[in-house]
Amino acid sequence: MSTALLQLRGIHKRYGATHALRGVDLDLQRGEVLALIGENGAGKSTLVKILTGVVPPDEGEIALDGQMHRFAHAQASQAAGIVAVHQETVMFDELSVAENIFIGRHLQRGPFIDWPAMNAQAARVLEQIGARFGATALVKNLSLAERHLVEIARALSQRASVVILDEPTAALSQQEIRDFYGLVRKLRDQGVGVIFITHKFDEVFAVADRYLVLRDGASVGRGHIAEANEAELVRLMAGRAIEQIYPPIPNVPSEPGEVLMQVRNLSHPTEFADLSFNLRRGEILGFYGLVGSGRSEAMLALMGLNREASGEFEVEGRRYRPQSPGDAIAAGIAYVPEERQRQGGILSFSVQHNISLAGLSRFARGPWLSKLRESELCTRMTERLRIKAGSPDTPMSGLSGGNQQKMVIAKWLGLNPRIVILDEPTKGIDVGAKQAVYQLIAEMVSQGLAVILVSSELPEVMNLAHRVIVMRRGRQVAEFAHGSTDAEAVVAAASGIAAPVNLELVQRPAPAFRELAA
Amino acid sequence: MSNLLSLRREWVLLAIIVAIALAVGARAPVFLSWRNGMDIANDSAILAILVMGQMLVLLTRGVDLSVASNLALTGMVCALAGRSFPEMGVVSLVALAIAVGTLLGAINGWLITRFSLPPIVVTLGTLSAYRGAIFVASNGAWISDQNIHPVIKGLPREQWLGLPALVWVAIVVVLAMAVFLRWRREGREIYALGGNLHAAAYVGIPVQRRLMLVYSLSGALAGLAGLLWVGRYSIAFTELASGYELTVIAACVIGGVSIGGGVGTVAGAALGVLFIGVVNGALPVIQVSPFWQQAIAGVVILVSVVLNAGAQGRSGRLILERREVPA
Repeated sequence: MSTALLQLRGIHKRYGATHALRGVDLDLQRGEVLALIGENGAGKSTLVKILTGVVPPDEGEIALDGQMHRFAHAQASQAAGIVAVHQETVMFDELSVAENIFIGRHLQRGPFIDWPAMNAQAARVLEQIGARFGATALVKNLSLAERHLVEIARALSQRASVVILDEPTAALSQQEIRDFYGLVRKLRDQGVGVIFITHKFDEVFAVADRYLVLRDGASVGRGHIAEANEAELVRLMAGRAIEQIYPPIPNVPSEPGEVLMQVRNLSHPTEFADLSFNLRRGEILGFYGLVGSGRSEAMLALMGLNREASGEFEVEGRRYRPQSPGDAIAAGIAYVPEERQRQGGILSFSVQHNISLAGLSRFARGPWLSKLRESELCTRMTERLRIKAGSPDTPMSGLSGGNQQKMVIAKWLGLNPRIVILDEPTKGIDVGAKQAVYQLIAEMVSQGLAVILVSSELPEVMNLAHRVIVMRRGRQVAEFAHGSTDAEAVVAAASGIAAPVNLELVQRPAPAFRELAA
Repeated sequence: MSNLLSLRREWVLLAIIVAIALAVGARAPVFLSWRNGMDIANDSAILAILVMGQMLVLLTRGVDLSVASNLALTGMVCALAGRSFPEMGVVSLVALAIAVGTLLGAINGWLITRFSLPPIVVTLGTLSAYRGAIFVASNGAWISDQNIHPVIKGLPREQWLGLPALVWVAIVVVLAMAVFLRWRREGREIYALGGNLHAAAYVGIPVQRRLMLVYSLSGALAGLAGLLWVGRYSIAFTELASGYELTVIAACVIGGVSIGGGVGTVAGAALGVLFIGVVNGALPVIQVSPFWQQAIAGVVILVSVVLNAGAQGRSGRLILERREVPA
């Protein structure tokens, strides 16, 4: 066998207590599309970071064109010909499209930047990929999909030998995705090695030549797409039958009238419009949509964190007008944010202090805080949620991702809320921790709480939620009851493939939710 | 669209400056005389030089609080050198000022990048340290007019082509900065890393090197300003230009340079300087009591910053699809 374009052997990476990558091997040939698949938290993003030189591997070898490399920083990896199109766009809002394409390697004439040449070259690349905006437009005025095109233009203009596409289609419309496949094939025909990271199996089968499956930081399967089938890939990704992950969900009381929260015409000038829904006691209401569909923004509005939002809300029959998170907490609403490290907890605080932080007045004895009551709550919560922490004084940064998430949830449960909003509660945590979070959600609703579960992981909402509201581009486009539909219909609604949802499909009893992420 | 918006911002600032000048001129015609104009220009020249350096730092989401101390220390070093070596010429004095200023700036940059410290803390520390160093260097003594090297005194008083030398130096610095930020790779990368530090690392911008460059440049300009300041006022002492860093930052902010990094233009910052120069020049002319002058200048700064913040008021992300076809 000829030497591979890119060869990884035994890549290891640890972040504190987390062993993110445990010996990953990868081979990529010229002119080939390799699908890199795995669940969230399987280590895909870490692998991308290592390949792009953003973090160094702890162990292992990277060979490009048969030459060993050790990328000390992002520029070294770029210079070697590895370019990534990231999941979260890496963009500079205040700069023009052309500059964003050429950032870090501006075209120069003598000592100065050659603007005309740069704009002209950028315009050529943009035309090649069918972008409908100019090279001198400012990136801050572009939509999410257009920003992705800028990133792709950046990769194309670099004449890279390895292009990594990290979920590049997450925010694209169906037509844009089709155009995008054309781009990927064009790259491949030029002899570029493409690593394609995606959650969507239809994409894997549409564009990839071979696949590599990661699970819990290790490569667990590889082969030719032509010889693979979806069930096989799902089994490799999950490593077990998926149904087991989800606990049985208690039934909602079937009779209406138990409405805890009512939302009418929740709107915002640019983020979302006309969201209306009810939330009943003991119910899990799923919000599904692609990243950037406005779900989190709408939830922030419910917490009084989105000033420009308008709409009418009622909580337990009383008018609810949140001006600040304090109002929301007083109304019995708790919000567990998506980015737990940035919004959910204070990394340098101990577990105990983090848990007690929301609502310190509970521990007040006169003007002082009662250490005793504080530690009592902490003990109760760590036991109830089975948080694995060395001691209550362990700082949050010393916990694993799953335990951090449980700790953040514990903080809010300590307030005895009636409504809990969980925004991507299992993002970036391993399967075991996920299971624990699911278990916790099931417990919460069986105790009469109502849960809003915002997630972009389809199996999660399909298995847990009693009802799923699908959002697309800031609008509520469909609603499904548990077990009334299959994954394809939900994905179709979320991505806008078939705008009017096929009613037959909705009514048809769902097959077991085998599709992990259709 | 937003290019237009920021352009309009600068025109508005210019219009306000012209309006103030005309209004004051209507009450006191002397304000609009060539001589008074040159006084304001001379006063603004040093501020403009400092603002160009500070603006670079602000663009990277940092701040350099040590500029005034750097200015005073460099000024003192130059004054001492001039006293001890009367044979020094203009070239060697300017070179000395820039070298000392650069070194002091580079110390800031080194501390910030080497130990990943917040710029505000580092430069607050060097603000005191450099100020203290002046005392040590001079033993607390003043260097007054007769001991200041004639070249240092002469430089700011020269006239070239009808304009004071100070103004020429400021013009050259401003133009050089405009070129640097528009046509040099480093300049563009400074905007980029100030706008999105995380992304800057991803696209391979050498962030540490750029920060070193920015703080060194800010230091170099502060050093140059130190030499000119000592020459213009013919004196060097420990408390020279004490607190002036706040005026420098205020001029930047008035000119639309964002404290949050990544936003700001040379033209805007230069207008910010002009604004402060005109306001400071106008208050004595319209016989505002000196007790009130500082307070009024402060209020004017606050008002312009508030207006600025209003203009930049950010709205949410653009998610909603515009519905062209009714559903």
